[in-house]
Amino acid sequence: MTEHNTMEMMICAAARNLEDGKAVAVGTGAPCAASMLSQKTHSPNLVIIFEAGGVAPLLPTMPISVGDSRTFHKAVMASGMCDVMETIQRGMVDYCFLGGAQIDKYGNLNSTVIGDWHNPKVRFPGSGGANDFGSLAWQIMVITPQDARRFVENVDFITTPGYLDGPGSREEAGLPANSGPHKVITNMAVMGYDPETKRMRVESVHKGHTFEEVQENTGFTLLKAPEVIETPEPTEEELEVLREEVDPNRYIIGR
Amino acid sequence: MFDVIAEGDGPLFMDPDADKAREYFHDKDRAMVSKIMTVSEAVGKFIHDGDYLAIGGFGANRIPTAVCHEILRQRKKNLIFAGHTSTHDFQILAAGEAFNRLDIAYIIGLEARGLSPASRRYMESGKVEVCEWTNYAMACRLKAAAMGVSFIPARNILGTDTFKHSAAKVVKCPFTGEKYVLYPALWPDVSAIHVHEADVYGNARLRGISIADLELARASKRLIITTERLIRNEQIRQEPTSTGIPFYLVDAVCEVPFGSYPGNMPYEYFSDEDHLRLWLKVERDPEEFKSFMDKYIYGTTDFSHYLEQCGGCDRINQLRAVENLIDAYEEV
Repeated sequence: MTEHNTMEMMICAAARNLEDGKAVAVGTGAPCAASMLSQKTHSPNLVIIFEAGGVAPLLPTMPISVGDSRTFHKAVMASGMCDVMETIQRGMVDYCFLGGAQIDKYGNLNSTVIGDWHNPKVRFPGSGGANDFGSLAWQIMVITPQDARRFVENVDFITTPGYLDGPGSREEAGLPANSGPHKVITNMAVMGYDPETKRMRVESVHKGHTFEEVQENTGFTLLKAPEVIETPEPTEEELEVLREEVDPNRYIIGR
Repeated sequence: MFDVIAEGDGPLFMDPDADKAREYFHDKDRAMVSKIMTVSEAVGKFIHDGDYLAIGGFGANRIPTAVCHEILRQRKKNLIFAGHTSTHDFQILAAGEAFNRLDIAYIIGLEARGLSPASRRYMESGKVEVCEWTNYAMACRLKAAAMGVSFIPARNILGTDTFKHSAAKVVKCPFTGEKYVLYPALWPDVSAIHVHEADVYGNARLRGISIADLELARASKRLIITTERLIRNEQIRQEPTSTGIPFYLVDAVCEVPFGSYPGNMPYEYFSDEDHLRLWLKVERDPEEFKSFMDKYIYGTTDFSHYLEQCGGCDRINQLRAVENLIDAYEEV
């Protein structure tokens, strides 16, 4: 097995979750690398969409902004924000990638404030397009470091909806039916959600880590999938494509 | 009549009344006359203290940088700002403390580049009254205004704190009984959009993604266009398919070559990542940032002067090469 770093592991694990013939709404960084890797390995027909209007580009390099020229380089369409968001609202976008300062056991995300909203200790950018993606795409994927300050019992502010208060609460709030959080990929594990309780559960642990270690770095009680496996390591092919074609300048994988 | 099931507690800064907007647009001059002027004239004439201001583009992509700078030079104050897909534009306006009320979708950050320390200090100072939205929510508000109606329904934001601190409302669909969020129309007093080409009357073409600018142009009561270059009206008429913004929406046309710098202008030049990094670096120290602002903005006479400070044509040529993927584009 070729040596690889944690970022490469996370990108490969994320890429495997993107099926061929589906569409993914992405931002910059690791999600973009995962989507490109997926396209260049097992999902050549994966449609990549950016919120500012870039539709199915042939990305020549990593975008710096979700609205820069690269996001519509050799694209099939240079569209706009309403069109992209409405394509997601119509149900044509399967996955989105999101991040945030905090995530809770139902996958709710905070990218707005730490502390009281009226008098915040720390102000973050806010939703941007995150709430839109998380409300409207079928499945939400998150790539983030495993850290008890990030994985908290209650987020200070629900910027973007996960499963809100648990089963049925997205639908009760009026969000599109059968949508919601899907995977959380960290430097230690891949987590999914229990189908009954909608609570986060560990599905696989990366080589060199244990469930206990994942739990220690999480601020709430994690569930376990019926079978917790070791996350398959990146293959030679994945690493080669990732290093030579997706991110030759090591912008992301060098972090 | 809809039954309102829930409503956000955020302030609604602008009246969504469609008839009042119609009255305004009824009186807007439709004459196809030259609107050419300098950025200084346009900002002086069309942006007033206390106005609701929106900026086109996407943060550091196709932004009217010259207008943002001039707002600071003319010490405009108490603006209400649409913090919608804003990054470098927000950073400039926050540095000048030009606004004190803010609709927030995305602020403070410069995406993958990091957060702006000075913008954050301003937002954490308590001087700014805020209302939370999302990028699509703000685009919907502009779209409703562009349609000439007072609200538009959508399916995002429901169940979140973002909704709780917005000024949106939740209702039941009279056809299906499903819950929908309603966004109030937003008619900005004034907006500025940077485009690739325009004629002297304001017929404008933008290339690449349009973001929310086609809606913004139609929603705005007053509109300042800055353009990479002027073209003849004949050229517009030869290819009307390319016109995204018609003249009757426009109040001022300012020719500003490289006008999105240090932002990216699609098919023209890439963003100046060194310069944007410099902003983020000097902002850490308020004193150093003050000198920086004096040198680059308050101490420059206009946008050309600012460009010279930043390396002028030589720098632009490098950024053109980066945009066009010539040579080693990793050297941004």
